[in-house]
Amino acid sequence: MVARINPPSILKKLRGIILLISSLLFWRASLLSAQESPYIVTYDHYLEEPGSLEVEYFSTFGSQRGGNDFDAFWTEFEYGVTAWWTTEVYLAGQTTFNDSTIFTGSRFENRFRLLQREHFVNPALYIEFENTNAADKILKEVEGHDVESDYAPPNAVLRKEHDRELEMKLLFSSTFKGWNVAVNPIVTKNLLPSEPWEFGYAIGASRPLALKASPNRCNVCPENFIAGVEMYGGLGDTQSAGLHDTSHYLAPVVAWNLPSVWTIRLSSGFGLNDNSHRLLLRWGLSREFSGFGEMVVRLFGGRP
Amino acid sequence: MKLIFARRRARRCLRNVGNVVFVLGVGLSLAQTGEAPAHKSKEAAYAALAGAPEKARERKNPFAGDPQAVAAGGKLFEQHCAECHGAKAGGTRHGVSLLREEVQQATPGALFWILTNGVVLRGMPVWSKLPEPERWQIVTFLQSLHPRSVNSTSENSQPAKPSLH
Repeated sequence: MVARINPPSILKKLRGIILLISSLLFWRASLLSAQESPYIVTYDHYLEEPGSLEVEYFSTFGSQRGGNDFDAFWTEFEYGVTAWWTTEVYLAGQTTFNDSTIFTGSRFENRFRLLQREHFVNPALYIEFENTNAADKILKEVEGHDVESDYAPPNAVLRKEHDRELEMKLLFSSTFKGWNVAVNPIVTKNLLPSEPWEFGYAIGASRPLALKASPNRCNVCPENFIAGVEMYGGLGDTQSAGLHDTSHYLAPVVAWNLPSVWTIRLSSGFGLNDNSHRLLLRWGLSREFSGFGEMVVRLFGGRP
Repeated sequence: MKLIFARRRARRCLRNVGNVVFVLGVGLSLAQTGEAPAHKSKEAAYAALAGAPEKARERKNPFAGDPQAVAAGGKLFEQHCAECHGAKAGGTRHGVSLLREEVQQATPGALFWILTNGVVLRGMPVWSKLPEPERWQIVTFLQSLHPRSVNSTSENSQPAKPSLH
């Protein structure tokens, strides 16, 4: 006689255990100071350290002509599976002033380092699946003919439109004499066959305020600050290529890497043409938990 | 009626989150257990150090003998390296001992090269995101360590005390 197992109840128990212990692990996970880049939209080729989990919260305040201003926010869980593979889950939402606060969807992203060693230009591959609705306003990337007026309708209207998209980026990045320059060409495809391929870009340059570390532990040393600028925008799509009806932004950025494992990022983006939001004020807070993977493996009975 | 729908939606949402956590967990387990045996991996990491190109190996450390650089390197080591290599650089399950002969007798240029390029397939990430002077400061710190135990693999509770040659 074969014993019948009730999979849902097992899964429920398992989930409960995982969630409970995971929350405890957060407290026990050892802490490690990160050297995070200041970019919010652009990616360089550096991946998460293996076994480390980075939890990030970002917020974007956007001005909106012809509608209400908004505050879009998202949380990222970024995990370094190996030294050449980072995986990430995003959960996003937004508040449109004088309207409502809604959950706008999730994203699942993977980044792969393509070359073993460092070169003058280093490529990495970024693949993301997005399951969002049209009310998503995090503007984590701008592509195709995304323009400010797309975001003007009320949430009740926007949230009815669901988007399932596959997004790919090539992350080219170079670090020389303390400067990092990153260029990300973007290609996005809505999974509906009738939708065109959309194109976009993100470019960033940054540098730490000091290249040499001071001998003492300090919070406000220049070496803990990285400043830079990023620019991003759309490049049309396969049905209508070109820069017409596209939006573009220029954003000075700064990151403050605290020795106590926290990183704070600030960015003020300015729209470069009439199709862009005039202002995108962004901030982010992130914290790194090293040794997270090892504890999860223990949880599943494996040997780290 | 609305309440019932809201509850169903919340339940569905929770189920999805649970599934994601489950899949990620299993993925992590597989990714971690699928790696090469630890001792082989460690030997390969030392071998990678020996594989530094001649030109890189000959580079001189601009901070050689600078006590300030040793202190700064110690601070950077604690922030970025101690998690894997141990607080006293004696190695852990995830990172090789930096007190071993292979490391201590390596040229500063070779250490700088390995720090810059990592050993990606063996789990050591690239550290070129640290500016060049900071990487040299770490090298200076590493070369100030006195090897106490050649095969030390224990995790140490106290940070390494740097001292110059």
